[in-house]
Amino acid sequence: MTMVGINESVKRREDPRLISGQGKYVDDIRLPGMLHLSLVRSPHAHARIKRVDVSRASKMDGVVAIFTGADLQEQLGSLPAGWVLPDLKQPKHPPLAVDKVRYVGDAVAAVVASAPYLAADAARAVKVTYESLPAIVDAEKATKRGAPILHEGNADAGGAPNNVAFDWEVNGGDYAAAAKKADVVVRERIVNQRLIPNAMEPRGVVADYEPASGQLTMWTSTQIPHLLRLLFALVTGHPEHKLRVIAPDVGGGFGSKLYIYAEEVITGIVAKQLGRPVKWIEGRQENYLATTHGRDHITDVEICGNKDGTITGISCEVNANLGAYLSTFAPLIPTILFGIMLVGVYKLENVKCKVRGAFTNTTPVDAYRGAGRPEATYLVERMVDRFADAVGRDPVAVRRKNMIPAFKRGKAVATGVKYDSGDYKKALDKALEMLDYPKFKVEQRAARKEGKLLGIGFSTYIEICGMAPSAVASSLGAGAGLWESSLVRIHPTGKATVYTGTSPHGQGHYTSMSQIVSSQLGIPMEDVEVVHGDTAAQQFGTGTFGSRSVVVGGSALYMSLQKVVAKARKLAAHQMGVPEKQVQFANGRFVVEDVPDKSMSFPDIALQCYLAKDLPKGMEPGLEAVSFFDPENFTWPFGCHVAVVEIDEETGDTKLVRYVGVDDVGKVINPMIVDGMVHGGVAQGVGQALVEQAVYSNDGQLLSGSMMDYAVPTAEMFPNFETARTETPSPTNPLGVKGAGETGTIAASPAVINAVVDALSHLGVTHIDMPATSEKVWRLIQGAKEERRKARQGSRNGRKR
Amino acid sequence: MVTAQFEYLAPATVAEAARLLSRYKGEAKIVAGGQSLIPLMKLRLAEPKYLIDVSNIKELSGIKEERGGLAIGAATTYDAIGASAVVRKYFPLLAEAAGQVADLQVRNKGTIGGSLAHADPAGDFPAVILALGAELEASSSRATRKISIERFNVDLLTTSLRPSEVLKTVRIPFLAARTGTAYYKFENKASHYAVVGVAAIVTVNASGVCTAARVAVTGAGPKAVRAKRTERILVGKALTASQISTAAKRAGAEIGDFNGDIHASPEYRAHLTVVAAERAITRALGRAK
Repeated sequence: MTMVGINESVKRREDPRLISGQGKYVDDIRLPGMLHLSLVRSPHAHARIKRVDVSRASKMDGVVAIFTGADLQEQLGSLPAGWVLPDLKQPKHPPLAVDKVRYVGDAVAAVVASAPYLAADAARAVKVTYESLPAIVDAEKATKRGAPILHEGNADAGGAPNNVAFDWEVNGGDYAAAAKKADVVVRERIVNQRLIPNAMEPRGVVADYEPASGQLTMWTSTQIPHLLRLLFALVTGHPEHKLRVIAPDVGGGFGSKLYIYAEEVITGIVAKQLGRPVKWIEGRQENYLATTHGRDHITDVEICGNKDGTITGISCEVNANLGAYLSTFAPLIPTILFGIMLVGVYKLENVKCKVRGAFTNTTPVDAYRGAGRPEATYLVERMVDRFADAVGRDPVAVRRKNMIPAFKRGKAVATGVKYDSGDYKKALDKALEMLDYPKFKVEQRAARKEGKLLGIGFSTYIEICGMAPSAVASSLGAGAGLWESSLVRIHPTGKATVYTGTSPHGQGHYTSMSQIVSSQLGIPMEDVEVVHGDTAAQQFGTGTFGSRSVVVGGSALYMSLQKVVAKARKLAAHQMGVPEKQVQFANGRFVVEDVPDKSMSFPDIALQCYLAKDLPKGMEPGLEAVSFFDPENFTWPFGCHVAVVEIDEETGDTKLVRYVGVDDVGKVINPMIVDGMVHGGVAQGVGQALVEQAVYSNDGQLLSGSMMDYAVPTAEMFPNFETARTETPSPTNPLGVKGAGETGTIAASPAVINAVVDALSHLGVTHIDMPATSEKVWRLIQGAKEERRKARQGSRNGRKR
Repeated sequence: MVTAQFEYLAPATVAEAARLLSRYKGEAKIVAGGQSLIPLMKLRLAEPKYLIDVSNIKELSGIKEERGGLAIGAATTYDAIGASAVVRKYFPLLAEAAGQVADLQVRNKGTIGGSLAHADPAGDFPAVILALGAELEASSSRATRKISIERFNVDLLTTSLRPSEVLKTVRIPFLAARTGTAYYKFENKASHYAVVGVAAIVTVNASGVCTAARVAVTGAGPKAVRAKRTERILVGKALTASQISTAAKRAGAEIGDFNGDIHASPEYRAHLTVVAAERAITRALGRAK
């Protein structure tokens, strides 16, 4: 029996089950009479559908039904954007394409058969005649005149003229004036490449419809069962109260499972049509095409300031690639979650940011771990280094000089938001101390003398978590409130079942939430059951994304626990015959003040609540509480990450040799879980910096279409991560937590790229786009050498003349 | 991704496998570890009607010391090769390369014969076995023949193995005294195949003069090839760093058209060929004691 508190590194309770193969994922669900669905997907990036011929396929072994987009047009509806910016163009997004396909992987027909392989074979036999159209994959070129148009017609007719989905901007201060006054303005064009999320478990859906009751049950690999239920009801007209969505064990998401997907709608509706359970399981290569991608920005950025190292402004113009259709949160990611972060941790008063969202013939782009904040942090931290270089100062000194001083409650910044609490220099100092920066500088000078390329890069990042204050979110375009809920149900034996609306997919909620319960009720963790991911079990909920689960969901749980304790205390006082204020609750016992032997345990009281033979007047039997928590503000985790790289000059190969990460995520529930999330996040951030990239050919074929061509970072790429924390509690929630799921990913990419550039800076290199592949680095080194050779030649020639 | 339908056959002997192969001429493929063929089948780039699994044929796996060298069964896994004491003793090059193939799961399943017969242009073993000057033995239902590795790699994914033949044994002759070996691979970060890999075998005499050299390159072009010009420059010299460098500069001379893809341009592969050759030769020389 373990009595655990907050800030204790207990091992994850869910792991013995998950790592011994006893988890239950969507593909583990087998229902009697279940059919299997396979999708016919477009091999063209852009084409008109002339004819879909199912005659041969429908005669094949085991085939039960085949549906085309035209067959189910009405039932399937159109997938909506869940976040609506002003003047957002919202073209129709039919789950099965009807007239036109707009990316490789767009679903055209659904084949249902008695076995998965038979369905796949028949799907290949469906003959679709296409009229191929010119395609566009680049977000900047897509909005230029003459580019092929994805969604024809004017906006009123559901079109997106010039492929523009939105133009969005945020401004603070007066950037133009600041740039005019500044000693130095540095410009750069920075590409933040497209990434593939690569959750370990691809998506999957099982849908089961009971015609007699009208009840539809859907198991799906999702981060948002409740939002999905709402969206499914809105899209298909199926009554929300007759739909149960269950997220069983979910093997990772990184944001890619927080939308309503075509396959969820198709599988649900097909199950309804056929009156039999239907399963669809995504393959890995299908996942690369059909599950959302992340990032993909082309940005012109400027930073300005003075020779003394003061930064006065930042400005950027972004072309954000949204892919072929608007995914659920696509409009949010490159705008609000990006633009408002451009101040970083700095006293930067002038900000100008324009974002143009463009449709292209590529897989839709939406949130991927960090979602907008990595793109912003990368720009800010990269440009701070560029600025430091331009004014000839140390990047650490420039950061320190411009940092916002420590504050405990609320700091308004130029983008119009208010940071919750922060002590940025403390995190920086801690990282420097772990690193021994002066010693590194000496080593670097020595290494350069030997011709070795050694570089260091800093990232003093900040991010936004704890989505979100509903009123703020809704004023910015959210189509749903972003509160979180909890239900705490105490059993007569004093055990607890708690229900959370968050929906974990690897974060360890079963453990963290148990710790919160154990710490508040004084009962062992083993006596706590945490139930999540089932709309029939939980009151309501929003889901897990944006590092919100403990911040918003944990706080909702904390509130319910306080309500339960308050009622239990009242009953304890009544039964012990003392005034309530004399009863203290500690370590699971209600004790009368100054009379230590007069006490009742929490389970004693729980039993009394249900026996109900001696309740105070007016008290209802039972012991349970429901809470909905809606935070007053977002939370703003921050920290300082440092990367040290060594570059092989002959090949350009970059090796990460040291990594120091100091994070401030406020109070911590389970330090070991936070460490684990930081490690995984750093691995993904380094992956983006060095190896990962989704590559499309100009005609819209995904060239990095499998793990043979898309590099997922592996352990051999990494040194031991040296991590530590500072702790600045958030004043926005009762637990003082800030969220820890994404810090590593956000912090790591700029730290690594800054290190690569630092290693090459003496050669005159000032920027490299991600990923810093060996060939790219090699070419930069070759180019720099060539420049130097020419310069030497030039000066010799000059002397001759 | 699922394969097209096929019939699975699991013969117990090579003779039976060869019979099946000739019976289903053109419609059957041999599979052992399945690490190359099955992915192609999932992509439906290969749709054999019959799959003849040789991984249970006892005579096809195992490592035997024979007169003059080692005989390695074609269905011997990378892992078994890397862990073999006799391989480590006589052919550290094989163990070094086996440990660099893909990842643990692939090494547990993938086989030496599969790698050679598949002839992936970026495979590690085609270069290593070529450098080692192996002789291969293949059987059809009618005959058994020996094929020199020099005549085995024909082109991209193409070998001189006949459609009716089962690759049986890879025979590797012992190395001369004072021979050092090394495999240097610049790997594709996604697939862990070689962007460029170079296997080098250098023999020196008592006074340190290079008496023989075999250098083979993979990943750079359509098939693994010997870098004969590099070898010629090396032989007859007491090698210095600058001589190795000069020799390595010719390592791409036999490649012809360098491969280019999203991972490396032809120009970069040509450069890496030189770097990998220099590093492999330097290491091999250092080990030639």
